[in-house]
Amino acid sequence: MGAVTLRGFGWRHAGRRAWAVRGVDLRVEAGERVLLLGPSGAGKSTLLAALAGLLPEDSGEQEGTVEIDGLDPRKGQERVGIVFQDPQTQLVMARSGDDVAFGLENRGTPAGEIWPRVDEALTRVGFPYPRDRPTAALSGGEQQRLALAGVLALRPGLLLLDEPTANLDPTGAALIRAAVAGALDADTTLILVEHRVAEALSLVDRVVVLEPGGGVRADGTPEAVFGTHGDALADEGVWVPGRPVPPRHATTPPGDVLLTADRLGLPPRLAAVDLAVRAGEALAVVGPNGAGKSTLALLLGGLLKPRTGRVAATTALAGGDERTPPHRWRAPALARRIGSVFQNPEHQFVTNTVFDELALGPRRTSQPEAAVRSTVDALLSRLRLTKLAAANPYTLSGGEARRLSVATALATAPRLLVCDEPTFGQDRRTWLELVDLFAELRDAGHGLVAVTHDPEFVAALADRRLTLERP
Amino acid sequence: MINFEPVAAPEAPLARRNPVAKLAAALVFSFILIATLDPVAPAIAIAVELALLPLFGVRLRVLARRAWPLLVGAVGVVVTLVLFAAERSGRVLVEAGPAVVTSGVLLTALGLVLRMFAVALPGVIVFATTDPTDLADALIQNAKAPARFAIGALAAFRLVPLLGQEWQMISMARRARGVEAGRNPLAKLRLFVSTAFALLVGAIRRGTRLAVAMDARGFDAGIPRTVARRQRFVAADGLLIAGAAVLAGAALTVSVLLGTFRPLIG
Repeated sequence: MGAVTLRGFGWRHAGRRAWAVRGVDLRVEAGERVLLLGPSGAGKSTLLAALAGLLPEDSGEQEGTVEIDGLDPRKGQERVGIVFQDPQTQLVMARSGDDVAFGLENRGTPAGEIWPRVDEALTRVGFPYPRDRPTAALSGGEQQRLALAGVLALRPGLLLLDEPTANLDPTGAALIRAAVAGALDADTTLILVEHRVAEALSLVDRVVVLEPGGGVRADGTPEAVFGTHGDALADEGVWVPGRPVPPRHATTPPGDVLLTADRLGLPPRLAAVDLAVRAGEALAVVGPNGAGKSTLALLLGGLLKPRTGRVAATTALAGGDERTPPHRWRAPALARRIGSVFQNPEHQFVTNTVFDELALGPRRTSQPEAAVRSTVDALLSRLRLTKLAAANPYTLSGGEARRLSVATALATAPRLLVCDEPTFGQDRRTWLELVDLFAELRDAGHGLVAVTHDPEFVAALADRRLTLERP
Repeated sequence: MINFEPVAAPEAPLARRNPVAKLAAALVFSFILIATLDPVAPAIAIAVELALLPLFGVRLRVLARRAWPLLVGAVGVVVTLVLFAAERSGRVLVEAGPAVVTSGVLLTALGLVLRMFAVALPGVIVFATTDPTDLADALIQNAKAPARFAIGALAAFRLVPLLGQEWQMISMARRARGVEAGRNPLAKLRLFVSTAFALLVGAIRRGTRLAVAMDARGFDAGIPRTVARRQRFVAADGLLIAGAAVLAGAALTVSVLLGTFRPLIG
């Protein structure tokens, strides 16, 4: 059960000129475990959607054929299960057990069989709570486990995982990998999309690489594929194992203190913290989920009012305004001094084009139009966004949106940059570019605070780290 | 933040009734009361509602917390009538500038406020004692509502509390970009509209992703659904609806017998 056959398969979404995926010939036998790789934009997610029967015939144009056990996936949907990236938008019901039962109800499973199958699926993924646990009270990793249970309860012959750990912290991601490894039957086929290859390798025995222009570039065991194509894949952004990233630490001692936090807290989200942020230094804030890292970033960014203690800027950062705490500064003054990069880039987009998005800050801080234009052009080319200058920010890919959100914070040339998970879910290429950019800024005398779960990022860039504990 | 969770003791005899029966009983009770404009019938109805409260397992304090928008509405009604009532019959009680408070005005205001409470409280009580999942289940199983609608609404409902957090995040992100309205009301309005638009875009994207995830698990695929949680509609549920009709009818009858009945139509 769960054999996949693609013959010259291609799909073009309605209204698009380019094919999302094209010319794919592939045969996956029942029980095989496949890691599907490819540079950003190679059509991995579209291919999974096609396999899951989620591309209605009227939503685009198809070439070639796709079959699961000889059937059109749209007609054989009960053979396939798919888990997506975002746990928030996969859970349907308010109670955990009800959510697993949801799919069984839809498939018309006899009422007497539903609850035993729910319990079995929850046990398989190692779900640690009773069935009536509210889904809203689960952590991201637990929610994703529940989503996996909801899919496994349907006993699919083919399990598709579309970057199931991309939105999770390392602990949550490990939970999901353990759940997948423990829950699969020997004859269940697995196709996994994941660009963190090292972590995924324990789950798969075959690697298939899609070519962005169409077709399959490489197909074989992990050793064979990475032996031949490893370098090219790494350059294109795939996290190929065994290719360490060069560290970029500060070569000169840090300069003036820019910002200090004195017993700064926001109970119950953040317990009191003392810290000083210096020019020419990259400070990494690490710690488990729920320790208040994002809250700290908002407080340091002058976006939230502290409940205890205080944030104080020095003259080096605030000029004559140093007596006023940052959360009381006028917004244009704040944007000139402290740049904030949010975890979700889309929260930050205000305008309709990438160009206007970058020009917004400089215009707000009353720069002449010629200066605005040269700032924007420099940022566009620095972050490989020049071709997208006229695009709508909401249509960008994950990596492009992240680069744009960092660029918007830099457009007003703030002395201090506060970033919340800047490298979250990024491919290797964007990741390296971000590290380069942050290192350059730091070496030019900017201060950098990065809240992060990413150990490689901390290892590569941070000059100092602050570990928060749960309050 | 708006709270949708039930607050009742779940074993209370009337809280345990079928959600559709509770909803129907509340609707029947309220509709009958709308028929009159006098203050007596609603006053009796409110007394009945409060007397039944223990049977629903709802404490008065909890109800007051849930019903506070009604209190705000009541104040609004009184203020509006005191300032703008056309008919100012009866004895003058207070006279302050344009506001002439007469006994007639106060009586009308009292009647309106009582009606408002009498008609709205049954709904407040039902939602305070009903789990949204149970309501969706019962709507599908006992009222033959389409699952597409009931489960879809339930799933969308779950995303509502996220909107508050999103709004805060978008507002902070805008401040970080140097965007703020200051004291200019026009700029404030523009910022409000553009924040609302960003919120809407995000909500639609999330909704679309949720819909795809639901599709992938076979929702609304044309196969007859089975149910994991059986909701039963038993004789006691029918009695609850009948009881609501009888009690509301009794309130009207008392009002007619006392001669205070003023029909809404005619």
